[in-house]
Amino acid sequence: MSGLIDPLLIVVLALNLFALGNSRIQSTIRIVAAQGIVLGVTTLLMHESLSLPVILSAAAAIAIKGLLIPAIMIRSLREAGIKREVEPLIGFLPSIVIGAVASGAVLLASRALGAKGAAALVIPASISTVLVGFLILISRYKAISQVLGYLVLENGIYIFGMLLVEAVPLVVEMGMLLDLFVGVFVISIITNHINQAFSSTDTRRLVALKE
Amino acid sequence: MIEPISLVLAGALLAAASGLPGLFMRRANPWAQRIAAALMVLAGLAGIWGSARGIFGPPSTSFELPWPAVGGSLIGLDPLSAFFLIPIFLIASLSSVYGLGYWPQAEKPRTARRLQLFFGLLAGSMVLIALARHALAFLAGWETMALSAFFLVGLEDDRPECRKAGLVFLVAAHASTLALFGFFALWRSASGSFELAPLYGNLAGPAMAVLLGLGLAGFGLKAGFMPLHFWLPGAHAAAPSQASALLSGVVLKMGIYGLARMAWLLPATPAWWGGTLLALGALSGLLGVALALSQHDIKKLLAYHSVENIGIILMGMGLALLGRATGRSELFALGLAGCLLHVWNHALFKSLLFLGAGSAVHATGTRSLDALGGLARRMPWTAALFIAGAVAICGLPPLNGFVSEFLIYLGLFKGLAAGARGAALAVPVLAMIGALALACFVKAAGVAFLGEPRTPEAERAKESPASMIAPMAVLAALCAIIGLAPVLVAPALDAALSCLGAPALGSLAPMRELGIASAATLGLALVLALALARPIARARLAPTWDCGYARPDPRMQYSSSSFARSVNGIFAWAIRAPKEPRKLQGAFPAAERLEAESGDPVLDGALMHSFRGLERLSRFCHRFQRGLAQKYILYILIALMLLALASLPFGQALPFGQAGGPK
Amino acid sequence: MTILGVLVRLAILLACSPLLLGVINKTKALAAGRKGAPLVQPYHDIAKLLRKSLTLSRTTSWVFVAGPIAGLASVIVASMVLPFGPSKAPLAFGGDMILFAYLFGLSRFFTTAAALDTGSAFEGMGASREAFFACLAEPALLLAFLALSARSSSLSLSGMLQSRPGNPDMPFVLVCVGLFIVLLAENCRIPIDDPTTHLELTMIHEAMVLDHGGPLLGLVEYASAMKLLVLESLLARLLFPFGVHGAWLDWAFLALGAVGIAAVIGLLESSMARLKMRRVPYLLTGAILLCGSAFILLAGAA
Repeated sequence: MSGLIDPLLIVVLALNLFALGNSRIQSTIRIVAAQGIVLGVTTLLMHESLSLPVILSAAAAIAIKGLLIPAIMIRSLREAGIKREVEPLIGFLPSIVIGAVASGAVLLASRALGAKGAAALVIPASISTVLVGFLILISRYKAISQVLGYLVLENGIYIFGMLLVEAVPLVVEMGMLLDLFVGVFVISIITNHINQAFSSTDTRRLVALKE
Repeated sequence: MIEPISLVLAGALLAAASGLPGLFMRRANPWAQRIAAALMVLAGLAGIWGSARGIFGPPSTSFELPWPAVGGSLIGLDPLSAFFLIPIFLIASLSSVYGLGYWPQAEKPRTARRLQLFFGLLAGSMVLIALARHALAFLAGWETMALSAFFLVGLEDDRPECRKAGLVFLVAAHASTLALFGFFALWRSASGSFELAPLYGNLAGPAMAVLLGLGLAGFGLKAGFMPLHFWLPGAHAAAPSQASALLSGVVLKMGIYGLARMAWLLPATPAWWGGTLLALGALSGLLGVALALSQHDIKKLLAYHSVENIGIILMGMGLALLGRATGRSELFALGLAGCLLHVWNHALFKSLLFLGAGSAVHATGTRSLDALGGLARRMPWTAALFIAGAVAICGLPPLNGFVSEFLIYLGLFKGLAAGARGAALAVPVLAMIGALALACFVKAAGVAFLGEPRTPEAERAKESPASMIAPMAVLAALCAIIGLAPVLVAPALDAALSCLGAPALGSLAPMRELGIASAATLGLALVLALALARPIARARLAPTWDCGYARPDPRMQYSSSSFARSVNGIFAWAIRAPKEPRKLQGAFPAAERLEAESGDPVLDGALMHSFRGLERLSRFCHRFQRGLAQKYILYILIALMLLALASLPFGQALPFGQAGGPK
Repeated sequence: MTILGVLVRLAILLACSPLLLGVINKTKALAAGRKGAPLVQPYHDIAKLLRKSLTLSRTTSWVFVAGPIAGLASVIVASMVLPFGPSKAPLAFGGDMILFAYLFGLSRFFTTAAALDTGSAFEGMGASREAFFACLAEPALLLAFLALSARSSSLSLSGMLQSRPGNPDMPFVLVCVGLFIVLLAENCRIPIDDPTTHLELTMIHEAMVLDHGGPLLGLVEYASAMKLLVLESLLARLLFPFGVHGAWLDWAFLALGAVGIAAVIGLLESSMARLKMRRVPYLLTGAILLCGSAFILLAGAA
């Protein structure tokens, strides 16, 4: 079973790069949802013994990250009428390159640090996912895309949390999921309001509120 | 018998609480103001009685003020504190009564309650400062004083000049508190505790210098001598007149009290400290009066004169400390006596002048000297009392200003024999200050009260009500009493002098002869006036002869700027003279206007320039804060990466210190 | 000194002061080749003025009357501080020179205020100039007192005004010249002011008293005569050796000194015109520098 973890993590890394290069927001949502599902499955594989709390938390993660959140986001997308992301600060192609280079660098660095055991890829995967999440957050202009970056960031942290899988109590896991859910819910509502106020969802317009 | 300090504390509490009943009444209810004035007068009586007993009684033991957060605090009453308390209570109560007529609650409902509240708080906090024997009590009083004064200065917050003056005042007051924080911190490390008691050990040279410098900055920003005076003119001109009287007459003296207390805390100040104070005082006096001469707003003129008089007070203190450091006890006694007596005198005549100016402003609605004129025949009491104040402030016999300036002069002259020859060069400076002050007050009193009215408002002026005249009369009477019989204040001065370790005045100062001379002058004048009474009663009235000039117009009289023009020529390098207007050109020139408003050299010249430079710098830094959340996240990311790189020990395995650690 | 003694002294001074004005006018007349008015003419003039009835301007207030009153009262009290001949000062004390200087300030305050009280531009002009020149004359006077105090180590006018036996040294000469210039300034004589001109634009003192008439003008004239006597006696005490020989010789020196200085003023007025108004500050600054150098020389030497 543990032999499947590494390939799954590589799948996650690949999904990162797909999310970076995609200009259609709906497909990016699907990619991030897929990432969430893969991670939920990976958690199940990480545990030696499958007790009820573990199954429950994995199921909750898959349901929320894979189904509920994408549904909310796609609905708000439809209301706001957005289809594509405008050209971000760091263009799509350069983003992919930077993401790939960063992931590679992290992998090399972790090799030097020497993580052992079945979870050899966990740390580099988590760091590179976090970095990719940051990249998306920083460089995209539309609010929905920034939320996607946030989701990827959360996924990266979740991957790291898998190391402490024995120690994290159920309540904390549920709390993290709740956080995520509420954040996305709020942003989806706000996106509509931003659109109504500024006739666009370009967050650069929000700067006008500052002065 | 009640302890003097309890009386003083009762007075302080009554004063501070005098504005509170008004908060529970309707805005336009005149009783709020009357109750506040009554409470303040009661507070004044209690406070003056307590302070008078405090001057002559033995120094009270300190009294613990419960303040658990900082481990207790101390207050105490010694003759020096009592000396400074008397003007606080006197001026506060008299100004409160004045306010009944000047700022009636029925006419100014929006601001009257605020005025009474903060006026009371100001008086109460100043009493706390004078009583404090612990750094924290002192600072608490200091900050409360600064904030109450700020609200008084910015009382009419619908006028932009009041807002600007309040802002500059607040900046200066907080700079002063900051310097005092540094002072007390250093004091703690030098003496080991926050309690204020004289430090007899030898303080190292640099530590002493820093301590003195911080004290000078902190207390100087409150006392208002050059170059730390920049907030004074705007603030004292913008506040309502009874508040200006309190601010100019008493609040400035808290800075002087601080310097005096500092001299008490550090009995071994070096000689250069006294010399520095003397020089600063001379500079302040000279430039203060030169700048005053160029003003044509009556309250700004009086405010600049406060700068000048604080300079004279500082000269006295500098001379005294110079005497103490070099062991010349007569310089110490005379300088300190002159300084302290001038504190009282200035409180009396400056408040009198501000109240008189307020009376004129109240009657005509304008502060500009060039719009007044001829008020002496329409407001005889105000004019007479203002002129009495003007004679006092010029330091002329037979009034009180002469006595304190005499003491300082005598000290400087005695310095010749005692070897302080350089200090004696302050004598011609003091003489010039006196002559310039005379010119300035003849201008102010003459242009405002004498001659013909220059505008219809001045023509329609009516005498102020008794509630405004009575306090002025009390102050003028006190000026006359101190001037005609200076022996009466000698015991109080001796008590305050002994508190700082100076010998008693005794035969050093010829108070009796001064009193005789003043009385003789006044007596002779009265005799001559009586002799002239009959010719005056039978005099024929006619228009001014004026060498037969046919058609004079009131606007042709000498105005405030024309009177002072020659003197302003000498001091043009200090006064920021207004720019000349463009010359009219062509056969049918367009309209031109000329506004003559001289700025303040320190505020407009030095400080505004440096603040504009600061603004340019911050505009550069503004680029990094544009309001885009993403940029801020980028900054976080960069910071995290730098942290990670820094804490990553290359070649060693560490499981923590990486970006994106566990939540 | 008894009250009677003080009163007798005062009476003598009051009686003698207009004589000096007469001396000045006579000297000027003789220098111009005329016979001139008799020496006692000023007495007649003042008496005539005091007898006249008073006309007051409608614009003025009590300050107008206070001007001449303050002028005379302050100069009388100032004379109490100064020793005249062998007659000691009734009111001598340490620091009395400051009282002396500031009493003249009191008279200046009310005179200038009275000038502004009339609401006339000419009188305002005179007042402005007088106030300005005082700013330069006062420091000069006090520097002279500083120098004299340093020289004689005394803090009272009675002590300072003894001429030291020995050759008159440089600081002494400087102080005397400086004091003479201050005398001219305080008494409004040429080259600072012209007491005989009636052109408004060139007057200082005369401009300030344009509207005073009758008894008030009489008081003004009397006060200026007293001021002249007081300041001249001060200077005379420096020039002659007082207190060394008998009382009669002291009176003789006083009379000689006062009349002599008055004659010198008369000659000066006959030979010079008034300085241009903008040069007067230079003259007064010169007086400050003279007295200041005297002080520095004395303070540095001792």
